[in-house]
Amino acid sequence: MKTILVIGNGMVGYKFCEKFMAQERKSEFNVIVFGEEPRVAYDRVHLSEYFENEDEEKLMLAPRSWYEENNITIYTNERVTDIHKVNKTITTLSEKTFSYDYLVLATGSAPFVPPIQGVDKKGVFVYRTIEDLEETMAFAKKIKGGKAAVLGGGLLGLEAAKAVKDMGLEPHVVEFAPRLMPRQLDDDGSAALESKMKELGITVHLNKATQQILGNGSIEGMEFLENEKLDVEMLIISAGIRPRDELAKTCNLEMGIRGGIVVDNTMRTSDPSIFAIGEVALYNQMIYGLVAPGYEMAQVAVDQILGNETRMSASVDMSTKLKLIGVDVASFGNPFATEEEAHAIVFENKLGGLYKRINVSKDGKTLLGGILVGEADDYNMLLQLYQNKMALPENPEDLILGARGGEGAAMGNVMDLPDEAVVCSCESVTKGAICCSVIDDGNESVKSVAKATKATTGCGGCKPMVADLVMESLKSLGKTVKVRICEHFDYSRQELYDIVKLREIKDYDELLDTVGNGNGCEVCKPAVAAIFASVYNETANKQETIQDSNDRYLANIQRNGTYSVVPRVAGGEITPKQLIAMGRIAQKYDLYTKITGGQRIDMFGAKLHELPLIWEELIAEGFETGQAYGKSLRTVKSCVGSTWCRYGMDESVSFAIEIENRYKGIRSPHKMKGGVSGCIRECAEARCKDFGFIAVEGGWNVYVCGNGGANPKHAELFAEKVDKETAVKYIDRFLMYYIKTAPPLIRTAAWLEKLEGGITYLKNVVINDSLGIAEELDKEMQNYADTYKCEWKEAVETPEIRSRYTHFINSDETDSNIEYVDLRGQKMPKAWA
Amino acid sequence: MTFADLGTYQATKPEDVKIWFKASEVSRFPKNGGACIKYKDKQIAVFNFTRIGKWYACQNLCPHKMEMVLSRGMIGEEGENPKIACPLHKNTFSLETGENINGNLEAIATYPVKIEDNFVYVGFSE
Repeated sequence: MKTILVIGNGMVGYKFCEKFMAQERKSEFNVIVFGEEPRVAYDRVHLSEYFENEDEEKLMLAPRSWYEENNITIYTNERVTDIHKVNKTITTLSEKTFSYDYLVLATGSAPFVPPIQGVDKKGVFVYRTIEDLEETMAFAKKIKGGKAAVLGGGLLGLEAAKAVKDMGLEPHVVEFAPRLMPRQLDDDGSAALESKMKELGITVHLNKATQQILGNGSIEGMEFLENEKLDVEMLIISAGIRPRDELAKTCNLEMGIRGGIVVDNTMRTSDPSIFAIGEVALYNQMIYGLVAPGYEMAQVAVDQILGNETRMSASVDMSTKLKLIGVDVASFGNPFATEEEAHAIVFENKLGGLYKRINVSKDGKTLLGGILVGEADDYNMLLQLYQNKMALPENPEDLILGARGGEGAAMGNVMDLPDEAVVCSCESVTKGAICCSVIDDGNESVKSVAKATKATTGCGGCKPMVADLVMESLKSLGKTVKVRICEHFDYSRQELYDIVKLREIKDYDELLDTVGNGNGCEVCKPAVAAIFASVYNETANKQETIQDSNDRYLANIQRNGTYSVVPRVAGGEITPKQLIAMGRIAQKYDLYTKITGGQRIDMFGAKLHELPLIWEELIAEGFETGQAYGKSLRTVKSCVGSTWCRYGMDESVSFAIEIENRYKGIRSPHKMKGGVSGCIRECAEARCKDFGFIAVEGGWNVYVCGNGGANPKHAELFAEKVDKETAVKYIDRFLMYYIKTAPPLIRTAAWLEKLEGGITYLKNVVINDSLGIAEELDKEMQNYADTYKCEWKEAVETPEIRSRYTHFINSDETDSNIEYVDLRGQKMPKAWA
Repeated sequence: MTFADLGTYQATKPEDVKIWFKASEVSRFPKNGGACIKYKDKQIAVFNFTRIGKWYACQNLCPHKMEMVLSRGMIGEEGENPKIACPLHKNTFSLETGENINGNLEAIATYPVKIEDNFVYVGFSE
């Protein structure tokens, strides 16, 4: 039996072990791992998450037991100090000696601390290990709310800035270069990112050479030029990495001038029994500080030890995509190609902090690289176009602007990728391997493909593309791609809707018994609940235990388990008398109040047992439920319109009230919002809503399928200059068609995106009645409008329903766990620990 | 509630039960859903899984954000494993073993339940 010693138990060292254990011949080797940290390998890429949850297990790549199960001996807290090439042994700090047949150096890197005067002061930290974080966190607690800087505006520095922000400190980023992420972004890309950072409260200082760290014992500030300084109480240094190559010096392995252990494309060092992988290895005279090349090196080393011919790629791809502080940033290929090398196509929206650049070859045929800031949804496809030198569309600008006019997507189909295209770069899984896994091995879901190929198990960025490949491969097999709600129903929402309606199924249990499997779950229950609500217009009170918590108690559950109360204020119009009533009730029950984005008033902090009491009083004052808790119509926002506004073309408030009252209470696949503007100045933001009307000369323009939220989308123009009745009729049909056909939790914009034929098809169904269902849709919508009832009135007046609102069923006490703190004269829940 | 308080809830096996606490009448518990009961200073979520004819009890405290909310969640099954989904972030826990099914959160404590004379009893070791 041969012995492999792996020195270093970081991400790449672990990956070597994982890949080795997947080999059939693993039993011929004895693998021993040394890590100098107290913990086994963890995910450093997601280190900043540790600030959020302090849950080290979440970061672990594998539990300690995994090593045991695979017969790997692991020594943590054990630093290797010497290598003796001649007799093939190593010694550790605790003077243990081990001999080897193969030695794998995966010692990684250490943060580079520039030799600035004063870096040894208290309050100066680096950012690499969990211990670093723990020390930083402990210090941050002491300077509560103070200012802290991160030295270095690269990837890791910005991650560290996020952590600083999460610790409740005021974050500053200090960068020597004239831009952020100088290795990945150009000046304009950096500017876009900088404006996003500013929005998030992170101050960026560029072009700043730090001369010294000020302070007496502890850091008090940083000095740049004379008289130019920044007062900070803490500093995290993230100014690059230096390979941990000190072991190579103990045995005279060949090293680079500026460090790093020289390896060839088999990962061998100058001694053929010694391999180096990851951030310690100097390959092509470069140190690669990314996980993907490290993992590829691990694979090469595994194969070489087993005598296979695998070699490291000649050029290493440094493309990256990541979410920095909630901002998408991606950079691929050569992001900086000069005018001589390429044509750059740039799209920039300074207002939205959006920047996209692609570098197209002079002949316009291939993609050489690019930068995406603010939105990077197309990164995977662009990367593939670049990596596989695929032909570009006739107008390459479509790649970042989207196809304008005409049919079809600019990106083409995922199935057009060559088989050798690497889809998951963390695990080097090709398109061919993914498709084979579906077609030959019968893996029919992303989950099972991931298990078989490991694709998506690294950073997860390739998930959407893998999902598309699985779907398309299944289609190519002639298999209908079964979209099913969950393991309990082999049907899509639309199919279940029809089943409930046609077979007149009355409740959840009956549906499960008739067409389902097992006993249900939290995915199908609320989806089916919404179907019953749509088909029978029943309130959530009827089958309360299949409702999402919010629907079950007709209120939005908040952070501390209390609820919020939102009465309907149709169109945002409210009388002084109603305001006084609401204020009185909120004061009586000590509720926190806030105006919502939908022009109504939200009252927070109601305990479960208080809900019926509060609603009883509100109903007595003439209010009704606002369904703020439901997947249903929320509000129809309006501007004041021609009744008061000197620009108004029509009465937007009256129309908004009418329409909100028409659709209130209807439950749908997701929440729905509307807007009505009195003129094209669009103060009601109707084009950010699922449906919207804008008054123009000669009638109303009708818009559909917009939304704000995580992926904002402007609504599309559906009809122009129509009268009010026609506008309402169109939206009646549009909403009804959406309610019947959309999957659960999909808003109108995302639904339209997947609707074959898009907006043209939708217009045909709604305006030209191409499916012959318009009359039915009209009738169903009218039925909703005619049978509306306030479910809170029902709850308050029905003793059986009312009795659900109690924290304990065997005690009148309330939840003593709820704690509040003061916030600008109101209360708010105590922060989560 | 802080993470230290998690220790208040210790999983109890049927053989360790010393006290059968008479919680409430069967009819007070919704079908295929849960309700919360108070025992000493503990909050216990009790579920009436009517469809499979079984009762379950566990701590009301979700170990994710330390809020007393589990009784208000939806119950269901993952394969054959009965589970509860927290109403705050849909973390799911096995009602049999207490383990977190969709993540690595701390397991929740579960308690035995018995029904006698139309009353629900929850078993505690202290």
